Amino acid sequence: MIDFLSLLVIYIGIYAILSMSLNLIVGYTGLLSLCHAAFLAVGAYTTAILMVNYHMSFWWSILLAGIVAGLFGLLIGLPTLRLSGDYLAIATLGFGQIVQNVIINWDSLTRGPMGIPNVPMPTLFGLTINPFVKWEFLILVGFFVALTFLVFRHLTRSRLGRALEAIREDEIAAATMGISTFKYKSVAFALGSFFAGIAGSLWAAYNQSVFPGTFDFNLSVLILCMVVLGGLGTHWGSVLGAVIIVLASELPRLVGITDIISPQFKQILFGLILVVMMIFRPSGLLTRRKPDFGRYARLSPAGTNAGGTGAGAGTVQP
Amino acid sequence: MHIPLSELIQHFINGLTLGSIYALIALGYTMVYGILKFINFAHGDILTMGTYVGLMTYTGLIGTSTNPTWILLSFVVAMLVAMLASAILGVIIERVAYRPLRKAPRLAPLISAIGVSIILMNLAALIFGTKSRNFPYPFDNSTINWGAVTITPHEILILAVSLALMIVLKLFVDFSRMGKAMRATSLDQEVASLMGINVNFIISLTFFIGSALAAVAGVLVAMSYKVYPTMGGLAGLKAFIAAVVGGIGNISGAMIGGLLLGVLETFGVVVLGIPEGYKDTIAFGMLILVLLVKPSGIMGKSTREKV
Repeated sequence: MIDFLSLLVIYIGIYAILSMSLNLIVGYTGLLSLCHAAFLAVGAYTTAILMVNYHMSFWWSILLAGIVAGLFGLLIGLPTLRLSGDYLAIATLGFGQIVQNVIINWDSLTRGPMGIPNVPMPTLFGLTINPFVKWEFLILVGFFVALTFLVFRHLTRSRLGRALEAIREDEIAAATMGISTFKYKSVAFALGSFFAGIAGSLWAAYNQSVFPGTFDFNLSVLILCMVVLGGLGTHWGSVLGAVIIVLASELPRLVGITDIISPQFKQILFGLILVVMMIFRPSGLLTRRKPDFGRYARLSPAGTNAGGTGAGAGTVQP
Repeated sequence: MHIPLSELIQHFINGLTLGSIYALIALGYTMVYGILKFINFAHGDILTMGTYVGLMTYTGLIGTSTNPTWILLSFVVAMLVAMLASAILGVIIERVAYRPLRKAPRLAPLISAIGVSIILMNLAALIFGTKSRNFPYPFDNSTINWGAVTITPHEILILAVSLALMIVLKLFVDFSRMGKAMRATSLDQEVASLMGINVNFIISLTFFIGSALAAVAGVLVAMSYKVYPTMGGLAGLKAFIAAVVGGIGNISGAMIGGLLLGVLETFGVVVLGIPEGYKDTIAFGMLILVLLVKPSGIMGKSTREKV
């Protein structure tokens, strides 16, 4: 049982990196991306190929996995970021399918549907981090989750973060204010996919193998669900979303009723949780803090009206 | 590489058949998008459910009978039952999972639709089993030779039924009162409701028609590709692409997009020599290309954002 719990925590960690990185794209910049699993796949395959074929160390490969995934992010971003709204989402959906399709068919590099088995274990100062000894790997994943969280929190509180939020709120107004929207959108895409690549690298190292079937459209959607459920534009929300989705999909096993119900029923339960949560909490569990305009708030007529009931008015808003 | 004309015609017919299936499914996506501005991810799974209902009715009605007229008759009945069942399912889904979210943030209905899609797909597996089932032909499906070109009665059926349905739908939307109400609702829901249009009814009607068409496509395609719980997944995704390529929200666009996608997929493999494995890449590559050149699709009107 304790092994199963630590396995869950490791997966939660990897998914948390994914959801936080997607949150930067969807939550902060307001670009709906449906190909996050593709970046995860690129990262996972980069690590697997480099470690298996070129005997590279895990630490170099995770860095390269991030960089390659980031470049893929730019590759899809540069032509498509000029599209607006739903059209961008559809283009990324197509891109995700193409990546998976190429991985399955490029036998000489990826071994196609057979996947790449026997990815070596990561080592640190001569010590092997064995995925079967759960706590060792737990520390490794925990380190990267913390790193991702801190990097994103720092970035979103900087000029970059404010520019991204301005683009999300109103792209035309942001451009008028002198923000190069195309540049910032590309940066958001590249950063998000960089960390998805890192998560992919961890994924490959933890499973010690990669298979193309894992990285399908459904996985992209699952990550998106985490971001939306947790609340768009909050880092803690993304982490919470990852925790809830992983727990919800493993709920029957957690309470020990797997023997009684079928895997299909488990999936149905998961789908129900999604629908019900959306109906009762459409903007996610944690909602974004309203921007604080400081003393200038008093200048606007809305600010004077709100006055003492400010807190009350704030809760009414979605 | 030289390819004889007869072979080209052959591939063109195969492509058109595949394309008209895509077009039938694409109509459901495009109609819903036109009115609610949201991608109904559960559409493909509604198709699966409808097809299963059709298959059950069909095999149930036939029993052990070998009378060809009775078999053909039960096929027609099964098709109608499948259409009705999936139409009702579509309306219920809209009522339960989408309507409460109409004023919610943009992503909420999308996630809800994904949830519904997961539920339906697994419900199908739970009720009907994961093994793929045969949908027997209701008629003798031996090929008809026509010079060097061969065509099966099944292909003729697909082409005839989808063409007829598309024409009926186009006439309905363009010339009937209800169709006019539909177009008004897609332009502006609020104003439409001020003009005395029951917007909720129109949205239900949209789901009703779209889901019924999906069931037709499902039953037609099942005869050559079998019935299985995930059959709606990739077909739905590709049909959605067809809808976007043609111009999402535009009914003629969905038809053109579907036919184009089917023909291109067939020709890409045979004529351009793209390996069979990359067939899906053709579809999605074409999608991205069209989006870059004309994001609003072939038939779509481009709108300028006014500040």
